Amino acid sequence: MAAAVGAATGGLRRILLLERLPRLGGILNQCIHLGFGLQYFKEELTGTEYAARYKQMVSERDIEVRTSCFVHRITPHREITFVCADGEFAVSAENIVMATGCRERTREMLTVPGTRPAGIFTAGLAQEMVNIYGVMPGKEAVVIGSGDIGLIMARRMTLEGAKVHAVLEILDHLSGLIRNKVQCLDDFGIPLYLQHELLEIMGKDRVEAIRYRNNQTGEEKVLACDTVLFSVGLIPEQDLLIEAGIKPGNGIHLVGNADYIHDYVDAVTREAEKLGKSLT
Amino acid sequence: MRERPETDIVIIGGGIVGASLAYELAKYQLKVVLLEKEAELSFGVSKSNSGIVHTGFQDDPSSLKARLAVRGNQLYREMARLLDFPFIPTGELVVAFPGEREALEQIKENGERLGIPGLEMVDGKWIRVHEPNLSSEIECALLGPTAAVINPYEVIYAMAENAASNGVKTYCDSEVISITRGSDGWKVKTSNSEYTTRYVMNAAGLSADAISQMAGIRAPRIIPWKGEEFILDRHADRLTKNIIFPIPRKETKGILVIPTVDGNTMIGPTSEEIDDKEDLTTSEAGKEKVLKSIKRIVPCVREEQIIASFAGLRPAIEEDEFYIREEQDGFVNIVGIKSPGLTAAPAIAEYVVDMLAKKMRLSPRQGYIATRRAIPRFRHLGSDERNRLIKEDPGYGEVVCRCELVTKSEIREAIKRGARTLDGIKFRTRSQMGRCHGAFCTMKIMAIMAEELGVPYDRITKRGRGSELVREGHELQAL
Repeated sequence: MAAAVGAATGGLRRILLLERLPRLGGILNQCIHLGFGLQYFKEELTGTEYAARYKQMVSERDIEVRTSCFVHRITPHREITFVCADGEFAVSAENIVMATGCRERTREMLTVPGTRPAGIFTAGLAQEMVNIYGVMPGKEAVVIGSGDIGLIMARRMTLEGAKVHAVLEILDHLSGLIRNKVQCLDDFGIPLYLQHELLEIMGKDRVEAIRYRNNQTGEEKVLACDTVLFSVGLIPEQDLLIEAGIKPGNGIHLVGNADYIHDYVDAVTREAEKLGKSLT
Repeated sequence: MRERPETDIVIIGGGIVGASLAYELAKYQLKVVLLEKEAELSFGVSKSNSGIVHTGFQDDPSSLKARLAVRGNQLYREMARLLDFPFIPTGELVVAFPGEREALEQIKENGERLGIPGLEMVDGKWIRVHEPNLSSEIECALLGPTAAVINPYEVIYAMAENAASNGVKTYCDSEVISITRGSDGWKVKTSNSEYTTRYVMNAAGLSADAISQMAGIRAPRIIPWKGEEFILDRHADRLTKNIIFPIPRKETKGILVIPTVDGNTMIGPTSEEIDDKEDLTTSEAGKEKVLKSIKRIVPCVREEQIIASFAGLRPAIEEDEFYIREEQDGFVNIVGIKSPGLTAAPAIAEYVVDMLAKKMRLSPRQGYIATRRAIPRFRHLGSDERNRLIKEDPGYGEVVCRCELVTKSEIREAIKRGARTLDGIKFRTRSQMGRCHGAFCTMKIMAIMAEELGVPYDRITKRGRGSELVREGHELQAL
């Protein structure tokens, strides 16, 4: 949205904004916690509110918005193909901005030994379950990795009545923001164990326990739980370009978390607006 | 007068053997019931099979299993066409390091005795050109062009759907709890029903010994052999064109490089005798063993390329042979079907039907439907076909799984054809199998399942009872 707003503000016409979901806003829509907008809007907003502000800005400008449209192909000649309930269409443009965000690293990518029961989620999927669909992924949780979404979800699960036993971090320092550690873990008495490594997931049909090790002392422990949330890093979503063998440039741009992982949405939207304006 | 049993044949076990039997028996005028204890077909041994349709030359040429594997290989080709499932004729190479040439010659001779076509010894030069990723230390190899890969679960669903269209009744979540012999045939009792039948076919995989025991019939004890496998990233591309085998050892075919139907490469499996028929854990040790073994054959493999892992159990028995026989009047044991069991399965079914034909008159089914169509794969269609589908059903224009480009209508169609779990939908559509491993689509698929099946979220499972994703009573009221 910010790139489209920037481009329209800069005077560009014929801007098409394609979104795969039924509404604009992307992952912000499931971020119902505070902490957004302090830099850009100079007030503290939820992610959902932040997205709503931008939706308003988009609607006030000459931007054609199409939601529930999935772009699945891009060519070096700046032609894209998208599919929606009306069919499959091709569009070409002078500039293509890929604001496709990022995806989470998963348990599979870490090849954690053990079984493959239900009850293993990325923190972002758990967030979607709780905040969008209103369902609880579990009652006794452990968070693996101290990324921001993991910290936020430790608090969110606690607020919804789950017991979050611990956040395990393999590194000797926190991955997410200090602010989130204080507000999401410390305020709720959830321990953060640094230099602790997940060794095994146990349970036949549903998670029953995890085995982990304190890498400082070498001590191993088993912790009973029914849910394991992974917050172990984000990967810029550039696969459309990778599959087509395209590098950014020549009118194809990556912006926001699709370019590299940012800490604040405010910085993402600033960069995107700047990029949008530069296209005119 | 003896009452005629309500069913002619009850097949116990909905894996590749049970599904093959159902498919083969459906060709005749018979009442057939297929029972599976898991939530869906293929969820036992078969789903974690490597998916190789072997040439058949690795086994002792005088054995039944070698003979059935060679025949099974032929049958798959025709079946893939009729039942519309992917069958990728990759071919296979058994590679020999210095000093192993003689063993390779022996394998070739075995294969020729079995009548396997196209076997050819290739030298190092050929290997460098056709399989450049193989180790330069490999001296020569035996090429078996008839080897192929399939997805075992896709084949099972295809056969079961065809069988269903020809009148076979399939019941999942139906664990057999007793088998008794009455005056009017066998009585098979399950957790939720009871069947009287002339024939019982025991294709229960890991539980085959227990099922036979239930009927009071001694059968070889099942010894689970665990195998761990590791799947490499699609961006790593196919490492090899052919399936690559080392020289086989006595108990296994070794650790392999397998180009899969879906364009990934799979490496494994390990082979380890265990006690626990439910142990499906993967381990660091397993991963290291596979990597070490594979790096000798394909030195460029890297640990970071692994994107998924799983484990499966082979239902082995003491003797290195399939155990297929009619034990008592109407009770057929099909036990110990480990490698090359997947390859042999269609031929096992043929073999069992031949046995049956000696005992009873089999008349061809009237109005037999020989074919089955797969769920359309939006990803694989051309633009015209896509637009035609979307026009008929706009759900084909709604992408649910972004990584594998799976649409809402494909998910719906999978449910219509019997998918009841997230894994069942995964195996039928490839959704949740891509690079996000379901992080983006799981909840959206659950929403479609809740709508289509009319169940609340806390009843939806990954692979059957006990594997619910949402904890009971935890649907938040406020939302």
